[in-house]
Amino acid sequence: MPLVLEKRAERSAFIAIASPVLAIALTLVTMSILLLALGKNPLMALYVYFVEPLTDPYSLMEIAVKASPLVMIAIGLSLCYLANVWNIGAEGQFIMGAVTGSYLAVVTNGSDVGHWLVIVMLIMGAIGGALWALIPAICRVRFGANEILTSLMLVYVADLIMDYLVRGPWRDPKGLNFPTTASFDPSATVPVILDGGRLHAGVIVTLAVVAVAAVMLGRTIKGFEIRVVGAAPRAARFAGFKSDRLVIFTFLISGALSGLAGIIEVAGPVGVLQPGISPGYGFTAIIVAFLGRLNPIGILIAGLFLALTFIGGEGAQISMKIPLDLTKVFQGVLLFYVLACDSLILYRIRLIGAQSKTA
Amino acid sequence: MPIVEAIIISVIAASTPLLLAAAGELVVERSGVLNLGVEGMMIMGAACGFAGAYLSGSTFVGALCGIAAGMALSFVFAVLTLGLAVNQVAAGLALTILGVGLSGLIGAGFVGQKITPAPHLYIPGLSDIPVVGKMLFAQDGFVYFSVVLVIGIWWFLYRTRGGLILRAVGDSHTSAHALGYPVLKIRLMAVLFGGGCAGLAGAFLPLAYTPFFIPGMTAGRGWIALALVVFSSWLPGRLVAGAYLFGAVSILQLHAQALGLGIPSQLMTSLPYLATVIVLVLISRGRGSTGSVAPASLGVVFVPDR
Repeated sequence: MPLVLEKRAERSAFIAIASPVLAIALTLVTMSILLLALGKNPLMALYVYFVEPLTDPYSLMEIAVKASPLVMIAIGLSLCYLANVWNIGAEGQFIMGAVTGSYLAVVTNGSDVGHWLVIVMLIMGAIGGALWALIPAICRVRFGANEILTSLMLVYVADLIMDYLVRGPWRDPKGLNFPTTASFDPSATVPVILDGGRLHAGVIVTLAVVAVAAVMLGRTIKGFEIRVVGAAPRAARFAGFKSDRLVIFTFLISGALSGLAGIIEVAGPVGVLQPGISPGYGFTAIIVAFLGRLNPIGILIAGLFLALTFIGGEGAQISMKIPLDLTKVFQGVLLFYVLACDSLILYRIRLIGAQSKTA
Repeated sequence: MPIVEAIIISVIAASTPLLLAAAGELVVERSGVLNLGVEGMMIMGAACGFAGAYLSGSTFVGALCGIAAGMALSFVFAVLTLGLAVNQVAAGLALTILGVGLSGLIGAGFVGQKITPAPHLYIPGLSDIPVVGKMLFAQDGFVYFSVVLVIGIWWFLYRTRGGLILRAVGDSHTSAHALGYPVLKIRLMAVLFGGGCAGLAGAFLPLAYTPFFIPGMTAGRGWIALALVVFSSWLPGRLVAGAYLFGAVSILQLHAQALGLGIPSQLMTSLPYLATVIVLVLISRGRGSTGSVAPASLGVVFVPDR
């Protein structure tokens, strides 16, 4: 191998900032090539993807609406990943949050019970998501079962539970047999905060979560503990940090945030519980977490950027007939480049000559 | 009797993609690499396999296209995790996201097309045996190949020097490196092999299981294959048992639905996923966080120092 990795003496601060930018640039180049292969004008497509949504107020609000669940889930996931806990079942926790939160909306449907209802729904959603996340956490701590697989398997189970409910007991009797609950009452709905769009109060909750996470990670012992357990498990043991308890803690927080995002999505922009409430938010949030360097502010920016690709992707599908799957390809490629560029923070790539071939 | 025969034949068909993908991943993990992108490589294998078979009219060419697609994706994974020392969990997830998206793009033009499914190969003599003959010896080529593949993997891992080195690399890459074995090169081969197997497993779905392609048709089978490797404690023999057990669960739920037992279909559909969780808990119990039977270097990044 002519190229070798060489560990840097210390993390490169310059590359730490430059790497996401470099990753995005490389992604854009790759996408241009792919668009050319699809027979589309890449410049025009990239304009539709990344610039057009920024030009009118409605799209800008839509970006915030899309970014809100992504950021909220990714904040929780970043805590897990920092602590070296691999929760990849956020999608399931999102769905279970939506389901448990919707329960109240379904049983009180038609009876105006006042605006406290939506608050209770949000709390229940967070609890539902947290409990769903507790399953893989306990399986790992108590039995040593790999949390990657268990949390992921539970995504499918959550999806089926929701499917059962909206086709069975919770189905809207007036819904012409469509698998959906009745539309939520106004008292069970997250209020819109700006006229003329779907921008809802949940966005404010997300911003609050970002702020709290930033303070917690940077300024508290708990945040320090999370980072130490993840980065240096041995040192953490000497410091008396219990890694098992941290697994439970990070899973609970990230499940609660995913569940909260789920119920806000259902009680906000969607307005009913139905299959397909999430276009894969729980999985896209994984990209958001990494693109944002597992840092709350970074995640906020990354979430807005990925939301832009969702809105832009829809626009490109309508105006240029570009398949929606391209958005997913874009996200996958982006995550690859982000990871690859990140490795340059810790390592430098060196070309070695033929004489040292015995590497 | 015909019902039992039909059930067994469909169990074999449902188990084969799991077995193919899991067998490949077993070798990958034995070399110390955790590739979580099996689902992505499978769905790419399905899309490219179908495209190849549809355009060429040959199942065999389709299967080769599926293998090539799986290997191509796994090569990307190898460049990142082996070449650039990227976290394997994150890279595997990226691989799955990318594979699902790309397969949708590639497969879009082929949705709604039909091909002739892979022919059933009758083994002369054996397939004439009453009762068992029709069930076991009148399968398509994929099924026979999956059995040969697992036997081959077992033989390689436990009866050859190459297999011994591969296991050594997986158990302690630093020691293997100190002994002068090219750790990264061996892992690259293993990852490519796993990619090929996953691609073939994916190609099996549109080429033999259902004679058409739908986006997302792997439906989480790649993840189940990953769970199977853990389930088998990284042993090829147990892998076969596990794959057939899971295949049987997924088929029996269909028949339970047909019998109208009044059980919600969603509960039955969720059985394989729930079974995976339960099995993981049962086999990991009391073994610590990674399980003492797991390859010791599994998932650990290796950067050779000269």
